[in-house]
Amino acid sequence: MSVITYRQALRDTLRAEMLRDENVFVMGEEIGVFEGSYKITEGLLKEFGEKRVRDTPIAEEGFVGAAVGSAMLGLRPVVELMTINFSLIAIDQIVNHAAKVYGMFGGQTPVPMVIRTPGGGGQQLGATHSQNIELYYSFVPGLKVLAPSTPADAASMFRAAVRDDDPVLFLENLGLYNTKGEVPEGDESVAEIGRAKVTREGTDITLIGYSRMAMVAGQVAERLAEQGISVEVVDLRSLRPLDRETVVESVRKTSCAVICEDDWLTYGIGAEIAASIQEGAFDYLDAPVRRVAMAEVPMPYAKPLETAALPSVESITTAVKETLDAVGRRVG
Amino acid sequence: MSEIYMPRLSDTMEEGVISSWAKNVGDKVASGDVLVEIETDKAVMEYEAYEDGYLVKQFVSAGDTVPIGAVIGFIGETPDAEAPEPGGAPAAPAASEPEAAPAEEKAAEPAPAPAAGEGAAGAEGPARPRTSPLARRLAKEYGLDIDAIEGSGPKGRIVRADVEAARDRAASGAPEAAAAAPAAAAPAAQAGSEDPRASEELKVSQMRKTIARRMAESKQEAPHFYLRRTIDAEPLKAFRAQINEQLADTGVKVSFNDLIVKAAATTLSAHPEVNRSWEDGRLLQHHRVNVGVAVAIDEGLVVPVLHGTDKATLSDISTRTRELAGKARDGKLKPQDMSGGTFSVSNLGMFGIDSFSAVINTPESAILAVGAMKPTPVVHEGEVAVRNTIALELSVDHRAVDGAVGAAFLKDLAEVLESPMRIIL
Repeated sequence: MSVITYRQALRDTLRAEMLRDENVFVMGEEIGVFEGSYKITEGLLKEFGEKRVRDTPIAEEGFVGAAVGSAMLGLRPVVELMTINFSLIAIDQIVNHAAKVYGMFGGQTPVPMVIRTPGGGGQQLGATHSQNIELYYSFVPGLKVLAPSTPADAASMFRAAVRDDDPVLFLENLGLYNTKGEVPEGDESVAEIGRAKVTREGTDITLIGYSRMAMVAGQVAERLAEQGISVEVVDLRSLRPLDRETVVESVRKTSCAVICEDDWLTYGIGAEIAASIQEGAFDYLDAPVRRVAMAEVPMPYAKPLETAALPSVESITTAVKETLDAVGRRVG
Repeated sequence: MSEIYMPRLSDTMEEGVISSWAKNVGDKVASGDVLVEIETDKAVMEYEAYEDGYLVKQFVSAGDTVPIGAVIGFIGETPDAEAPEPGGAPAAPAASEPEAAPAEEKAAEPAPAPAAGEGAAGAEGPARPRTSPLARRLAKEYGLDIDAIEGSGPKGRIVRADVEAARDRAASGAPEAAAAAPAAAAPAAQAGSEDPRASEELKVSQMRKTIARRMAESKQEAPHFYLRRTIDAEPLKAFRAQINEQLADTGVKVSFNDLIVKAAATTLSAHPEVNRSWEDGRLLQHHRVNVGVAVAIDEGLVVPVLHGTDKATLSDISTRTRELAGKARDGKLKPQDMSGGTFSVSNLGMFGIDSFSAVINTPESAILAVGAMKPTPVVHEGEVAVRNTIALELSVDHRAVDGAVGAAFLKDLAEVLESPMRIIL
C-alpha cells in the first residue's frame, strides 16, 4: 500500500497502459515537451517518443477529430483537453462523431478513445475556465463519463476507460490533483464502469457526490460523526452510465438525502439524481431531497466571491442538518 | 385567502405560545391589524395580518404551544369561507412565510403536488394532512390512521418519527388522549404517595427555557473570573442629589443604577479591550457601547439593552431604562430591545445584598454586579469614619479579557464613581 497523489496515480497508470498496449497514444496541447499543464504526461515524451506522445496545435476540434478517426482505425487515443472548458470547441466531434459512429454505422467500428480533462473552480481562473460542464456529455447516449474522486479510483477507472471500446470522457478536477490517497502497490485492478460506491456507511442520511464533491461529502460526514450523526456517503464515480441502484438502495436505508454538486443547480446532475431517488425510493423518503450546488452565476474571479459561489463543507453541513431537522432529529 | 403560520420572531425561537387572539373567528381583518399575540422565548409580541379578509378559523387556542411553521389560523375572503385543515392543499403562501427556507427547499416544496393529484377524487372531501411518503407507508404497515397522527415536521408534516411514536403509544395500550395529557399529570398523581420528595413538575415557560439554556451555556463555555472592589459612595450620593435637584422640574429622577450604568459606559469607552466578545473562536471588537440592565420580572429575568449608552445623557438613560423596565414587566419588549448588548449591569442592592457574583450574559465579556449601599466603618482621610459604600463585583470572560485588563477597567470605574463628575465629562 502506498500513499500517492491523484496526479501521480493518473501518470503512473497512463504510462503503464502505454507500456501494456502499443496502440495507446496521447495527444494534446503542451503535453510533450512541456509535459502537460498539470504534469500528467511528465516524462512520457522521453520514454515513448514523438510518435506516441503528440503535441498538437491549439485546435481542439482538429485533434479530437483526429482521435476519433484513429480510434475508428484501431488505435486507442488518449486525448488531453487542458480543461473541460476547451471541450466546447470540440463538442461537435465528441457528441456528433465519437458518440454516434458506432450506432449510426451499424456497429462497423467502435470508437475506443479517452478524453481526459479536468473541470472545477476554486482556482481563480475566471468564469470561462472554472466550469463544471460534465452534464453536457453525461446527457449523451454513446458516451461514457467517469469522474473518480480518489487516487485509487483514478487508477482503476482510468485502466477501465482505456480498455473500454466506447468513447469515454474521463473527468478530473483541478482541486483533486494534489490530494493523496492509498493505492495498493502493484494494483492492476480494472474498475467496473457504471458502479457507484458507498465510501462511508451510515444510517441517518445519504450524502451523494462525485469528483471533488465526493471528497467534500466525506469531510462533511467526518465532521458530523463527531456530533453523533451517521452519514452514508455515495460517490457516484460514473455519471454515464449512472448507477441508480446504489443511490436508491442507500436512500431506502436512510430515508433522506442531500446531493452535492459543483455544477449549477438548475438542470444539473443533482436534478437527475433527485429524480432517480423519487422514482426508486418514493415510499422511503421522510423529507424532500435537498441539493447543494454552485451559485447560479458565471464563476466570479474575486477570491471571496468564488469561495462563496462554490458549495462548501459548511453549506453542505447546514443542508444535512436542516434535512435531519425536518425528520425530527435536532442537531446542534 | 391564506393560512397563518407560527412566525419566527427571534433567532433562537423554536416554538411559540399563542398568548391571546386579538381577533375572533368571523372578525373582519385588515392588513396591518393585530391578529394575535405570541409569546416567544423572549417576549410577547403582536403579530399582524398581511392581507385583508376575515379570520375564519383559529387552529390553535390561547395558551397552546406550537412549533414555528405550524398553521395557527386562516384568513378567508368571506366570513364563512371554508378553512382547509392545516397542512392541506397548499393555499397561496402567506406573505409572512416565516421559514427562511433556502431556494433549494422552496424548489423542493412542490412535493405535496402528488398528494393533491391523488386527492383529485377527494377534492370534495377534507384535505389530506401533509405527510412524508415514508410516514404514509409506515402508517399503512402499522395499521394506523394517518389522519389521527400529529405531524412534527415543517408545516406540520407527519414524518417517520411521528408514526413510530404513535405506534409505540398504541402498543403500550395508552389511548391517544392519555398520551397527550401533560407529563405533569403523572407526578401530580403521586403527590399523596410515599414519595419523600413529593415534587410536582411545573409547566416550563419559554423564558425559563431560554434562561436555563443561556445561563448553562455561559457557565459551561465562558471561563469566569471575578474582581471585587468596594467604593466610597458618599460623593456619588451627593452628586445624585445635586443632579436631581437640577432635574426637579423635568420629572426625571436619576437613580444610583443610572449613574453606575453611565459610569460603566464612560469607562468602557476608555477601555475598548473590555468591550469585546469571544464568539465561535473569533475575537470581536465592538465599536458601540451598549449596556444591558438586568430586570427581574414575574416570569423570570430579561436584560433590555440601552443602545449607545456612552453617547446618551444621564436623563436619557434614566428615562429609557424606566421605559424598557416597564415594557419588560408588561412583556412588550421587542427582540431588538434585548439584542446587541456589549456589557451588562445587574443590581440587587434593593434587596440589601452585600455583593454577589453574576453570570456573564454571553457573548458579552463582562457583567457588573452591584450590591447595596451601606453605612460602613472605613478609614477615610486617616480616620475611622462611617461612610456609605457600595460593593462592586465584575465577572469577566477570560477568553476575551485577561485579569490585569479587567482589573484596570474596574479600578477606573471605581475612581469614576468616586469622582462622579467624571461620569458626565
